[in-house]
Amino acid sequence: MAPTKFNGKDHVHGDPIEIPPLACGAMADSKPFVASPAMQKPLGFPGELVDNWQEKAINRLGELVNGSRALRVYLDSCVKCGACTDKCHYFMGTGDPKNMPVARQDLLRSVYRRYFTLGGKIAPKLVGARDLTRDVLDEWYSYFHQCSQCRRCSVFCPYGIDTAEVSMAARDIMDTIGLGQKYSNEIIGKVFNVGNNLGLPQKALRATLESLEEEIEEDTGVPVKLPLDVKGADILLVTPSADFFASPHMEGLIGYAKVLHEAGVSWTLSSYASEAANFGMFVGSHENMKKVAERIRIAAEELGVKRLVFGECGHAWRVAYSFLNTLVGPLDFLDQNYPIPQHICEFTNDLIENGKLRFDKSKNDEFRLTFHDSCNVARASRMGDKPGGQFEIPRAILRATCNHFFDMAPETIHEKTLCCGGGGGLLTDELMDVRLKGAQPRMRALQEVAEEHGVTHMAAICAICKAQFSKVLPQFGFDMESIVSVHQMVSNAILMTGSRQAEEYDAAHAAPVS
Amino acid sequence: MTALYAGLFYVATLVLVGGLAYRIAQYARTPAPLKIPTTPAPITRAGVVARMFREVTLFESLFKSNKWIWVFGWMFHVGLALVLFRHLRYFLQPVPELVVLAQPAGVIAAFAMVGGLLALWARRFIVPRVRYITNYSDHLILALLVAIGLSGMAMKFVAHTDIVSLKAFILGLMYFDWRPLPQDPILLVHLGLVAALMIIFPFSKLLHAPGVFFSPTRNQADDTRERRYVSPLSPRKA
Ligand code: SF4
Ligand code: SF4
Ligand code: SF4
Repeated sequence: MAPTKFNGKDHVHGDPIEIPPLACGAMADSKPFVASPAMQKPLGFPGELVDNWQEKAINRLGELVNGSRALRVYLDSCVKCGACTDKCHYFMGTGDPKNMPVARQDLLRSVYRRYFTLGGKIAPKLVGARDLTRDVLDEWYSYFHQCSQCRRCSVFCPYGIDTAEVSMAARDIMDTIGLGQKYSNEIIGKVFNVGNNLGLPQKALRATLESLEEEIEEDTGVPVKLPLDVKGADILLVTPSADFFASPHMEGLIGYAKVLHEAGVSWTLSSYASEAANFGMFVGSHENMKKVAERIRIAAEELGVKRLVFGECGHAWRVAYSFLNTLVGPLDFLDQNYPIPQHICEFTNDLIENGKLRFDKSKNDEFRLTFHDSCNVARASRMGDKPGGQFEIPRAILRATCNHFFDMAPETIHEKTLCCGGGGGLLTDELMDVRLKGAQPRMRALQEVAEEHGVTHMAAICAICKAQFSKVLPQFGFDMESIVSVHQMVSNAILMTGSRQAEEYDAAHAAPVS
Repeated sequence: MTALYAGLFYVATLVLVGGLAYRIAQYARTPAPLKIPTTPAPITRAGVVARMFREVTLFESLFKSNKWIWVFGWMFHVGLALVLFRHLRYFLQPVPELVVLAQPAGVIAAFAMVGGLLALWARRFIVPRVRYITNYSDHLILALLVAIGLSGMAMKFVAHTDIVSLKAFILGLMYFDWRPLPQDPILLVHLGLVAALMIIFPFSKLLHAPGVFFSPTRNQADDTRERRYVSPLSPRKA
């Protein structure tokens, strides 16, 4: 872990969205490890920084600007109004002005202006244009890896300027000249080789699923299956690989399995596409994103499924919901009567609304819950038929399964949600300092509801959020296990037909014989 | 002097119209490889039109973001719109009823416009975050706009200019039937600055005006599940 002098406990009290004083250069040394040549090559990137990197980078920038309306319009349109300057959790947590969204964009915009605009060519000083020097490149590497691509800034900008698009472009350029980020690129390589981010092979996966089946049966008396690679199943469930091995992710997976069992549908996981995450998006590489997404279509076709359901994962849902059909569609072999793709929360909520699931909410009485809206779900996708369903549906599930639910402050939830601090390819130990500081706003919002309503736990629907919170919560004085999966709450409370829990509940609630 | 200004305005108009047309064509031609509306977003085209309308008339996102910038920004833009509308009387003969009616409002609007600008400018010095992101060009554009506003107001409130000959000059430009420009120094300054603004428009951050309409986070509908979005990234059909 990178050394950090940051002690969360000293920072956990206060206004979550407090504006810090400027601390110039405070985070200049925060840098992720550089990808080795062995990690770069499989992704189609040069092994190390190429000799003519400057020229190549400028060319690449030109290609990207010509290929993306968003990038071109955003680089041209910013009026430096300052509305976004206090909206980034990394700025709030660090005070480093280069973490203000507009200043982050300016790292790239200054170079764009220098080489692609008239003003920047004739009067660079006047318009803030800069030559692409080694120092500038170093700044890119540092600060474009202090952006979780959470899009909070884009909500508040009068032109919708999305710094995530700018960060993705900058990372794409860096990969193109051989300066890749180890964490993300290594993971993409694992997905290509083994099928998932964790490098979990099929055999290990099968063993895990079997032991989960045993656990569920022991606990409930119901033989719930977690099928793998079953041809002809109706539903392919694609979920982040963290669900296969770590807490609280795994409890969520158990929840999905119970719901799918109770729904009586035939479903399967795929060992070939045993990963919902798509780090191709984080590194801004359309080619790699497409290649990673392709696995899901291939698995669905080979297994002959009719429906596609995604587990709890933020950016994976963005890629699935917003990009999949564009990148690897048309998905016309799937049953068009169902949403393509469908989120597991939508699936569960439909059953709840139709009265198909029974719960004993008191099973969750030890949890006083709040809900963390994961950025990529909140600001880059949807659930249900109506705008904002992504906020209502997970909360509806929590309210159906728990007696005690309290929302955090309104300026920190829904479309204004604060990132966990670990998204966008930053979930790596050497970036722990910026992850902790970036988590501060969310931790303060949690602290407020803990004090006001005695909240003990926070539920999330994103594997990265869950992993990040497990790491940072203790640093802010919370219990590591206070982060839970939404479907963990479902799993705790569900009364499956014929289960021991259902029998006990019915016995206790049978009409008293008097 | 008349010839100089006539030439200047032809050039400025050409640069403004040509430059903007070029930019708009460029924005329109550049592909949008993926759907990236900032959600919750409207799910229909009509909803998107409504969102965009609120964005450009009410500055909806800015309102959520920062009430000070919103107040001053809105004052400036609405003031500017009214002032421009008021100026139509120099371009149209006869002057339409509505433009006549708007004259008094246009005068008040000038104060709103300059007041808004000065407040926005003050933020660039007072608020450290905003000072940090400000370039020289940001000051220059503000200076230009304030100078245009003040010189215009000076002609209304301090030293009246000969607006009858001015109108003759402008109509003459439009119909290629040139008339002399009144040799009023304030007017010359005012017009010179306006021409400068027109010329830098397509090369500066003033591009936000057409840009906002092309911003994918705001102008796309959230409908990827209902309608497949096909882009250059999509696999080509065999
Ligand atoms: S809010 Fe938008 S226009 Fe204003 S400074 Fe930030 S990015 Fe630029
Ligand atoms: S996308 Fe999120 S992390 Fe990146 S600059 Fe915007 S607010 Fe900050
Ligand atoms: S990890 Fe979670 S909170 Fe962080 S960016 Fe991703 S979705 Fe958002």
